[in-house]
Amino acid sequence: MSETTIGTSSLADPAARRALMSGVTPEPGSAKRDPILKVDKIERRFGGITAVDVEHLEVQRGIITALIGPNGAGKTTFFNLITGFDKPSSAGSGAHWEFDGRALDKTSASSVAQAGMVRTFQLTKSLNRMTVMDNMMLGAQGQAGENLLKSVFKPLWRGQEKAVEEKARELLARFKLLEKKDDYAGSLSGGQRKLLEMARALMSDPKMIMLDEPMAGVNPALTQSLLGHIQSLRDEGMTVLFVEHDMHVVRHISDWVVVMAEGRVVAEGPADTVMSNQAVIDAYLGAHHDTDLGDDEVLSESALEEIEAEVRADEAAHEKHEGDKP
Amino acid sequence: MDTILDILGAVIREAISPGTAAVAIAVIGLNLHFGYTGLLNFGQSGFMLLGAYGFAISLVHDIPLPLAVLIGLGLAFVFALVLGIPTLQLRGDYLAIVTISAAEIIRFVGRLANLKDLTGGAQGIQGRTYQPAFVDLSFFGDGSFTLVPFNYTDVADGAGWVRALGGLVFAACVVAVVVLVRRAKRADDPAAAPAERRRGLVHKLLVALIVVIGLYAVFFAMPVTYGRSGVNGWWVRAVAWTLVALSTLVVYLLVRSPWGRLLRGVREDEDAMRSLGRNVFAIKMQSLVIGGLFGALGGMVYVLASTVQPDALGRQITFFAYTALLLGGAATILGPVLGTVLFFSARILIRESARAYVPDSVMSTQQTEQFSFIIVGVALVLLVIFRPQGILGNKRELRFNV
Repeated sequence: MSETTIGTSSLADPAARRALMSGVTPEPGSAKRDPILKVDKIERRFGGITAVDVEHLEVQRGIITALIGPNGAGKTTFFNLITGFDKPSSAGSGAHWEFDGRALDKTSASSVAQAGMVRTFQLTKSLNRMTVMDNMMLGAQGQAGENLLKSVFKPLWRGQEKAVEEKARELLARFKLLEKKDDYAGSLSGGQRKLLEMARALMSDPKMIMLDEPMAGVNPALTQSLLGHIQSLRDEGMTVLFVEHDMHVVRHISDWVVVMAEGRVVAEGPADTVMSNQAVIDAYLGAHHDTDLGDDEVLSESALEEIEAEVRADEAAHEKHEGDKP
Repeated sequence: MDTILDILGAVIREAISPGTAAVAIAVIGLNLHFGYTGLLNFGQSGFMLLGAYGFAISLVHDIPLPLAVLIGLGLAFVFALVLGIPTLQLRGDYLAIVTISAAEIIRFVGRLANLKDLTGGAQGIQGRTYQPAFVDLSFFGDGSFTLVPFNYTDVADGAGWVRALGGLVFAACVVAVVVLVRRAKRADDPAAAPAERRRGLVHKLLVALIVVIGLYAVFFAMPVTYGRSGVNGWWVRAVAWTLVALSTLVVYLLVRSPWGRLLRGVREDEDAMRSLGRNVFAIKMQSLVIGGLFGALGGMVYVLASTVQPDALGRQITFFAYTALLLGGAATILGPVLGTVLFFSARILIRESARAYVPDSVMSTQQTEQFSFIIVGVALVLLVIFRPQGILGNKRELRFNV
């Protein structure tokens, strides 16, 4: 971590975050006090299907924003669009987004990352046949030795290489991967690769980190520590935007939640209020999102019967509705 | 006994021939493409042919030698840009398709009768029209020279057992190197004690010393005599192998640097590299250009001791290069050179053995040539199955297929 991001930001205090977001109206596309990312009119069509159609979205600096929504809602496509991995169909006709005051309409994925917005992937992309340390070293920006002409002369980059390695060691230690540093990344477990990818993204001292399903396929204990890492990033002043399906996780760590469905932003707001929003329940959560289906007690006879009755009633109402149609 | 010695003599002459050195340089370039960056370049022969044409045609037109070399390299540079700009943004397979056809286009253009004044058409450019400029640079003097000057003929009147002893010393050296390198690989394990790793430098020097002794033993038992200068003498061999050494050194310096790390990163996952803020296209282009320049240099060396013949630098050279690279071990520093030397020597060994021991009624001289290719092909298949990492490659890397 660089000197500027170390230490705690004023937003480490939950009350301060609540105060910051209290003035924001919880509706899709609302204006934030200090947006780090602003998105306008981004549309992506695949043939006749509109995967993403976001009119306006702002992401507040310094907090954790969760992006949730059903499968196929366009969350990952949206990620790809704003990080430059995909081009909006509306490019040239109003599509505009800016990060930290810098327009990103026509930039490539690599320059988005250089601007300070670094992402991870849903399917982890570790560089398998390279060591964990090499993976980390690739995260650091502005290395003189990566210039072709300078690369042949070791004295020109030896000092910087040492500094980068030292930083990588610190981050690896923090993510508990230090003893793996000489192993090939391909030999790590799925969860360790997630950690490695996150640590690698942090090597570039990003202003904003975008995590695409960081908890998918990670065991509960590791989820705990990943959550801890994400929160400490926020406390150090970084902005976090993440896609996640686990509602417990979302409720636990996010300061603001954006809900997408069928490519649009359908709701926004603090976690607790958004989850009681009828549109969100209809599109995504379902009526029983608060009950743990893994819990045996919930699956007692009476509860099941109750659910069944509800479904039957729903269907009846639906049929009646269909029948009403001419 | 004499037949065996003749065969071994032919093998050794092939191993140190300028042609082998030339292909080795091209393989070093290909290693940068395929081994380190993961670029499927199937047109390395095109780079070689362009380098050779640029070099030879310039010399025929009385352009000074250094400039002629630059022209050859310049052509390869432009060729790499032309190939790379449209294809490097696409998936890797497209580069393979485009490079193999582009190399064929170069060859067919070179063969065009309309260009006979420039390229000599299908006959090519005769060596004597451009070689003098290079041969005249020789400071080796006249007469002939035997490598090594102190050889078996100086001991016990060149008795058979002295030569046999030389052969045994060589065999012992090979075994010693294999044992030492294997032990070093085990010590390289991160689990090994630091004291063991500290012995690394001493160990490397020891291996180098044994290699030198082994090479001396070879030429002690099988001395080779050529003219000092001349068209196909020691001068061209010395220059060719010096260039091989320099190319290896340059690639070593490049790939141990952070720039080399970029190449390997691109080989593993381009999207991950983009997400880390790297311009993947620029990295691949740099690799394509540099590897191509090595190819052009190889092409120039190739024609120094022969003629510029478009069909001699066709597809088969590309596939020889890939075979040699896989044999030596892709993404290793010394693999390309070792692989090339072994590949060409092994082919001559098979061909000469077949000529000497298989009666003409079974296999004619021409058929032995083809037979040698069949055996080499079978060997390659077996190699890919049983030792996919090549001789020097790291097996650990292969466990994770991307």
